[in-house]
Amino acid sequence: MRGGDPVSLQRLIEMPEERAKDRAATARRLLRYVAPYKREVMLVLLLVIAASATQALGPAIIGYAVDHFVFPGGNVAGLLASMGVLAAVYLLGLLAARWQIVYIGVVGQNVLLRLRQQIFEKVQTLPLRYFDKNPVGDVMSRLVNDTDTINQFLGQGVVQILGSLFGLIGILIGMFAQSVPLALASATVIPIVLLITNLFSRVARRRYRKTRQTIGDVSANLQEEIAGVRVAQAYNRTAANFQRFAERNAANREANISANAVTSAFTPVIEVISVLAIALVAGFGGYLVVQGQTSVGVVVAFIAYMQNLFRPLQAISTIYTQAQASLAGAERIFELLDTPGEQDAPDARPMPPIRGEVVFDRVSFAYNPSKPVLHEVSFTAQPGQMIAIVGPTGAGKTTLISLLQRFYDPTEGAIYIDGVDIRTVTRASLRAQMGAVLQDGFLFAGTVADNIRYGKPDATDEEVERAARLANAHEFITRMKDGYNTRLGERGGGLSQGQRQLISIARAILADPRILILDEATASVDTYTESLIQRALEQLMRGRTTFVIAHRLSTVRRADLILVLEGGRIVERGTHAELLARGGLYAELYRRQFRDPLPALRREGERVPAFVDNGAARVMSRN
Amino acid sequence: MRSDPHPSPAARPRTNTRALMRAMGYLRPHAWMMLGAFVGLLISTTANLFAPQLLRIIIDNGIAARNLSVIASAGLGLVGLALTRGVFEFLQAYLAEAASQNVAYDLRNVIFNKITTLSFSYHDQQQTGQLLTRVTSDVELVRQFLGQALLRLIGAAIVLIGALVFLVRMNALLTLVIVLVLPAFLGLLGRFLRFVRPLFNVTQQKLAELNTILQENLAGIRVVRAFAREPFELQRYTRVNTELKDISININNQLAITFPLLFFVVNAATLLVVLSGGVLVINAHLTVGELVAFVNYLAVLIQPMFAFGFLSAFVARASVSAERVFEVLDAESEVKEKPDAVRLPPIQGRVEFRNVWFKFAGAERWALQDVSFVVEPGTKVAVVGRTGSGKSSIVNLIPRFYDPQRGQVLIDGYDVKDVTLDSLRSSIGIVLQDTVLFSGTIRENIAYGKPDATMEEIIAAAKAAQAHDFIMQFPDGYDTIIGERGVGLSGGQKQRIAIARALLLKPRLVILDDSTSAVDAETEYQIQQALETMLNACNCTSFVIAQRLSSVRNADLILLVDDGRIVAQGTHEELLRDSALYGEILDTQFAPDLVEPTPDPALKTPAEVAA
Repeated sequence: MRGGDPVSLQRLIEMPEERAKDRAATARRLLRYVAPYKREVMLVLLLVIAASATQALGPAIIGYAVDHFVFPGGNVAGLLASMGVLAAVYLLGLLAARWQIVYIGVVGQNVLLRLRQQIFEKVQTLPLRYFDKNPVGDVMSRLVNDTDTINQFLGQGVVQILGSLFGLIGILIGMFAQSVPLALASATVIPIVLLITNLFSRVARRRYRKTRQTIGDVSANLQEEIAGVRVAQAYNRTAANFQRFAERNAANREANISANAVTSAFTPVIEVISVLAIALVAGFGGYLVVQGQTSVGVVVAFIAYMQNLFRPLQAISTIYTQAQASLAGAERIFELLDTPGEQDAPDARPMPPIRGEVVFDRVSFAYNPSKPVLHEVSFTAQPGQMIAIVGPTGAGKTTLISLLQRFYDPTEGAIYIDGVDIRTVTRASLRAQMGAVLQDGFLFAGTVADNIRYGKPDATDEEVERAARLANAHEFITRMKDGYNTRLGERGGGLSQGQRQLISIARAILADPRILILDEATASVDTYTESLIQRALEQLMRGRTTFVIAHRLSTVRRADLILVLEGGRIVERGTHAELLARGGLYAELYRRQFRDPLPALRREGERVPAFVDNGAARVMSRN
Repeated sequence: MRSDPHPSPAARPRTNTRALMRAMGYLRPHAWMMLGAFVGLLISTTANLFAPQLLRIIIDNGIAARNLSVIASAGLGLVGLALTRGVFEFLQAYLAEAASQNVAYDLRNVIFNKITTLSFSYHDQQQTGQLLTRVTSDVELVRQFLGQALLRLIGAAIVLIGALVFLVRMNALLTLVIVLVLPAFLGLLGRFLRFVRPLFNVTQQKLAELNTILQENLAGIRVVRAFAREPFELQRYTRVNTELKDISININNQLAITFPLLFFVVNAATLLVVLSGGVLVINAHLTVGELVAFVNYLAVLIQPMFAFGFLSAFVARASVSAERVFEVLDAESEVKEKPDAVRLPPIQGRVEFRNVWFKFAGAERWALQDVSFVVEPGTKVAVVGRTGSGKSSIVNLIPRFYDPQRGQVLIDGYDVKDVTLDSLRSSIGIVLQDTVLFSGTIRENIAYGKPDATMEEIIAAAKAAQAHDFIMQFPDGYDTIIGERGVGLSGGQKQRIAIARALLLKPRLVILDDSTSAVDAETEYQIQQALETMLNACNCTSFVIAQRLSSVRNADLILLVDDGRIVAQGTHEELLRDSALYGEILDTQFAPDLVEPTPDPALKTPAEVAA
């Protein structure tokens, strides 16, 4: 209960509405997490029952006191004694409520800790293949939302729900014990309230979906306008754009007013029902008193019961939805935990220090058996050579690199480094000797130094600085306020694309890999930074076997071996000069990409975006 | 406020009453709705206060007196009261909500208008995300204040005072018992709000921290694996995970102390009322019905207590949001149209800078110092200089994206400050650094500056920008939807559409800010072609922030900018001869490899290959 009403309609409709496929199995498995806390759980159950009992006892004692000590004549001593009992009951309720919250918290938080820990550990070993099918963003939002749903359920949900349930049972027992006909009459409101809550939440849910959609439109429109505000001003479009925004804004207003009509009606309706119920109890009870079938005190107690009945009743509507959502969340988490992770061969040994000879021996690979990505790729890279990989989008360039890093294993054929089949060594020892500078220059939140040190955590400050200097990053780092201790935001926020690249180059330099993998960035950086990056990369490549997915002319020109990939096959190989002389696909790509004057443009556009693809398409059709 | 919709910031902010009052001013156009809501509130609250009285009558005059007709009529009265209360409570909630939604609508519109008309210097200092928050979250908080919190506060006050009046009239002594318990309740609630609630934000922060680690780990998974750093990642995750658990348990323990105690106090108050009330009944100073009514009023009284407690924190946050909203609305646009601004007539394209000094808002250094030059109609101007030398500043002053602090910018002899922004900017074709296109069709994007353009005009502009061919490749041609929900375009394609957008205006003056070395070699090549075509096609005065040799070679006039000053001007050959800086910039800053193909004997054309 963080403030406000815990059982509001709002909360009910904000909960995800979904079910687990196998509820029983999921619930059993979730219970296994609770098993180590059997003692605490038993204690909580007892405490919840005790607390609920005190809730039921309170009005009964008051009613009894009114009947026996206040009403007919009066008995102050009896009244005092009964109030003493009531005080004890309330005190018991206080203690029971307190310790049930404490214990349920300990159990719930420990279960969550374990779940979160297992999730993260699993993510560390999941094969990259998993993320081909499940985009990172989806995995992330699912994990966060699912654990959050379970958290809410374990944290506050369970106590509230158990409390409401036992409270309701306690109240019902109290009522039936005192007057069966009055209790029966009172109980008629229970299905009515449940029914109405259900009806309202269904209608409200539908209307709120619309409000979320329309506010999404408003935000999207606004975001676009802010991003494009300079263009809008340059083209005098602000007035016309406003019209468009106002329309979406109005749609959102209408959706909200319509959704709110439902929620605004809910509370009054429930309250009217509750007063009707109380009037019913008072009227029918009064009739029974007049008939001599019950006492004034009982009626007073019933009125108190009715006032306490409505909260748990509404809570029970919430219980169902929340429990369902938690089970669905838990099921998805278990699914993730059951995904097999990357595993080294049982007899895998560490990779000895690498000299740098890389052999691909008829390597084929398919993500999906019907769509092979690489066909019988064979080549040899000598230690210290630079291998450039070029080819149209989708030719298999990135896959080839991923196989080398053992993010995937070949479907057929083998990869040897210094004569060792890389499937026979541990992944960690293999990857520790390879460095990668990937397109987006991914950085982590933390200081600049932390990021440079990422591949060699025990590096001294001097080593970090030396690496940064070699990467041409030292200059801009020292210009920042805190230098190497400058904290970067998420994904290196606060730095430009080019600066992020330079830092990831420094990171690779410091890690001092034996085999270097470069995926050249195609994103825009200014020409000055571009030249810094180029020079830094040259530093880095010196003396290491390097694989480059090349986009730049200067890189391919200098490569010792160019592999031209198309449709998963190496269609040409050789040096720049050799390949140009051959006049094949490479020459065509090169011509198109780097030098062909105007005529190419006129012919361009046989298919959609990247021109490289068009070039390839034409070459293929000619063959 | 049904449930607290946003976790509050850790520190409770101070309430800015002035900002809240100003926000209330926006209710004025919807005064009738608010009045209706207020009447609804008044009636439903009063009905609420009378209910325990009817209950008292039922018990005293009905049940105790064994009078069925009293029970029946008072019971009916109770039902009538409940119905009245229900209807008016609905009216209140509905009308207040509708009024507040209208205010939110109005506020978003004025903010939108403000944001889109504020000059460039404002947007240079703002982040998109922050502005978005103001329009969405902040406006929503202000709306909730106006639609819910405000009336609930008033309602709570009425209930508090009304209940006390009823209580005193029934029995002053018993009222005193209740009044004495209230401070204990308020004290506990205060403790909760001050100490316990902020802890929730600490958990939220920890949770966010934990999720950030997971997020980063997932997004950077290739880097983690490539550097074999899984153990380190696991270690830092475990640390935060454990911290989160400890904090959560700690908060839970705090809750375990406070909340049961809060309810215990309410129960204790009930007990005291029953006890002392019981004694009073025994001594015939009070009836049983009055006693029951007292217990009921106690429940009625607790509600406003909760309301005051929780709403005070909420109101403080809403006031901060209101402040932030008004901060945007009060921002002054640096570039303002003069009241007596005239329309700029169709221009020839003569541009003159007279002793222009300019610096960015908040900057200490001059971005431009004493810049003067004259450009005759039809001249192709290339602006050249190092990064940060002031190139962009020069071209940004022409369409008045910024105003210079000193000096004048003249077009055909008109000071740009003397003409309307509308007429000035529609005379200039502008292609900015980042190619921003809008979601919508390609046709709409090309016609962006002239929505009533005919299809012929649009196609002509697209052809001139070399965009027509690739547009026709799409199944929907010019009606292809682009942007978030549509087709993705390559960098070069976007740029060509942006150029078509500029060409459609048939400007006599063109500005190209092209200072990023764009994407891959191919895109760069395409853009270069399109730019050249554009400049040749428009037969206009052009300013290009040059990035490529071809631009400077084709220029009639090169302005060499360094440190905010024009240090040399002339043609390519003249500057190559006279300026060392020019040569240096050409070597280090210009896109390499692209423009001047040195013949490569190894390279044959496909025709040669075929032969």
